[in-house]
Amino acid sequence: MPLNIVAMVKQVLDPEVPVSAYRIDRQKKRVEIDPTKKIAPVINGFDETAVEAALRIREAGHDVKITVLSAGASFVTDVMKKALSMGSDEMVLVQDPALEGVSDSTVTARVLAGAIKKLSPFDLIIAGRQASDWDNAQVPLGLAELLGVPCIPVTRKVEIQNGDVVCERVIPNGYEVVSAPLPAVVTVSNELGQPRYPTMRNIMAAARKKPQTWTLADLGITDLATKLTMLDLFIPEKQSKCEIIQGDDNNPVDAARKLALRLRETKLV
Amino acid sequence: MADAKGVLVIGEAAGGQLDASAKELLAHGRKLADSLGEPLSIAILGDNLGGAPKEAIAFGADRVYAVSDPVLKEPQPEAYLAALTALAKEQSPKVIVAAKTPLGVNVGPRLAFRLETGLAQDCLEVKIDGNKKLVANRPVFGGNCMVSVACDSLPMMAVIRLKTAEPLPRNDSRSGEIVPVNPRLDPSVVKAKVIKRVEEKQEGKRLEDAEVIVSGGRGLGGPEPFQKELKELADLLGGVVSSSRAAVDIGWVPYSYQVGLTGKSVAPNLYIAVGISGASQHMAGLSGAKNIVAINKDANANIFKESRFGVVGEWQKVVPALIQAIRELK
Ligand SMILES: Cc1cc2nc3c(=O)[nH]c(=O)nc-3n(C[C@H](O)[C@H](O)[C@H](O)COP(=O)(O)OP(=O)(O)OC[C@H]3O[C@@H](n4cnc5c(N)ncnc54)[C@H](O)[C@@H]3O)c2cc1C
Repeated sequence: MPLNIVAMVKQVLDPEVPVSAYRIDRQKKRVEIDPTKKIAPVINGFDETAVEAALRIREAGHDVKITVLSAGASFVTDVMKKALSMGSDEMVLVQDPALEGVSDSTVTARVLAGAIKKLSPFDLIIAGRQASDWDNAQVPLGLAELLGVPCIPVTRKVEIQNGDVVCERVIPNGYEVVSAPLPAVVTVSNELGQPRYPTMRNIMAAARKKPQTWTLADLGITDLATKLTMLDLFIPEKQSKCEIIQGDDNNPVDAARKLALRLRETKLV
Repeated sequence: MADAKGVLVIGEAAGGQLDASAKELLAHGRKLADSLGEPLSIAILGDNLGGAPKEAIAFGADRVYAVSDPVLKEPQPEAYLAALTALAKEQSPKVIVAAKTPLGVNVGPRLAFRLETGLAQDCLEVKIDGNKKLVANRPVFGGNCMVSVACDSLPMMAVIRLKTAEPLPRNDSRSGEIVPVNPRLDPSVVKAKVIKRVEEKQEGKRLEDAEVIVSGGRGLGGPEPFQKELKELADLLGGVVSSSRAAVDIGWVPYSYQVGLTGKSVAPNLYIAVGISGASQHMAGLSGAKNIVAINKDANANIFKESRFGVVGEWQKVVPALIQAIRELK
């Protein structure tokens, strides 16, 4: 039996998009992008790292099957396929219009837990530490609770040793080595390293794979009740009050000298 | 939980002393408790709590649950979770808040799932609204947007970002009650075991406590300036060196230097950003910074929009001149 790894992947707004391209629907409480800009979504950066972590376990010599799992109202297939073309085996998409605009972690975790139960058996769930849209960092922890398994969040190294998952967990001034029995949930952070680029061979292989699509009804999920109500969503106003200090004749050395004087006058140095 | 009452803070302590994060949480908690007109409690967990419970009262708690158990010797999240779930079920607080520390972000959301309630993550502000609901403001989309969320189920929970409140002034004559709790934890609740902890010895001040920070980004072009020019400037000002995530990702400095959404939150009086573009995720760590100075060669860099003073120019010219000018002023 191979080790069944589920890599959790979310399609998000590209975090590199400048805020000036954001269109906020304050009524529906959604962030949309100026459609004239034609900006494609991306796979959440930390989730690419999750796929990378799964692939590294395979490369360490373990017999693994990597299933990519995502939930959302709609997907851009070419974007999601990247998770397959990095080298994963299969993809399951929970796709349902009812998930449009869902940003409540309890709902997402319930949906994903339902999908994982349908996928079972699973040994290891790897997710990104947080999604760069709602920055909630709760779904993987909630999944672990709903599935009743241990969880090791924010790691930079994930290994399988003697049937346990052994991770290096990032802490503010160093790291911890944490070990848990399988099945388990771990989340990964960018310190794990750069996710790989898909190879030509894997891109061709991925092109032939068809993601499996499930609806909420397939999972028997009807209850999407949230625990939090979003009252408002807005772009905070920032008034720039910056005093740009220029040197005579644009001389940077002179500018630095003037900066030192201003810092002294304002008692900052 | 119709008779839910009061505010409970999840407090961290080490070596018998209350952690700075717990003092900040008590300041937030005090405001919430006062607007509810209900008591403020704190749960402090460990195997030997020393003076931490008394300290918690001096910093604003009305009641301290001093939860001690040998299994709590190390901050093992699952042991914390077991003890806190039992405590929350027994005491039914209306509000529970934790800090955005490695332990808080792990235990807070899991506790919310165990108690079948919701949690507002990474909040900058929390308050009680006219309907006695906990309402939190939190940044989303990497800090580009803000949301205001209301908690609809009890207990109402939030994880609060560090450096978003000043601790209340210590008052050793405040009175409060210390309630010892012995949860008799079964060691087998801990499934994810910490085998080893490796912490880099930090020379000098902690970034989180520094009054002056000199920070470098991708614009520095390599690791050397962090050790040389930036360190020299920081030393001159009695400060500490930090960085953006780009500099960490490239490997110029360790993760412990990173300021931002997924790094440290800092609150210096002076933050000098050198070769940092000022992405919202970087600025997310700077909500407590009082004065930002930007040195960047790109006049359109976002960092200038968020700074008090700025110099447009190459750091290679500006920083050495700044060091010299400050030396001359001293
Ligand atoms: C979910 C998520 C979480 C993140 N968390 C964090 C986080 O915690 N912390 C963080 O910092 N980032 C974080 N980021 C990354 C963030 O979006 C930016 O990519 C990062 O902050 C950029 O770092 P930088 O400013 O050093 O590099 P760049 O954006 O590349 O900026 C380099 C700057 O240096 C200037 N420059 C170049 N040469 C010179 C010179 N010779 N002299 C002067 N200036 C020069 C350039 O004009 C430019 O403005 C996160 C991103 C995501 C998606």
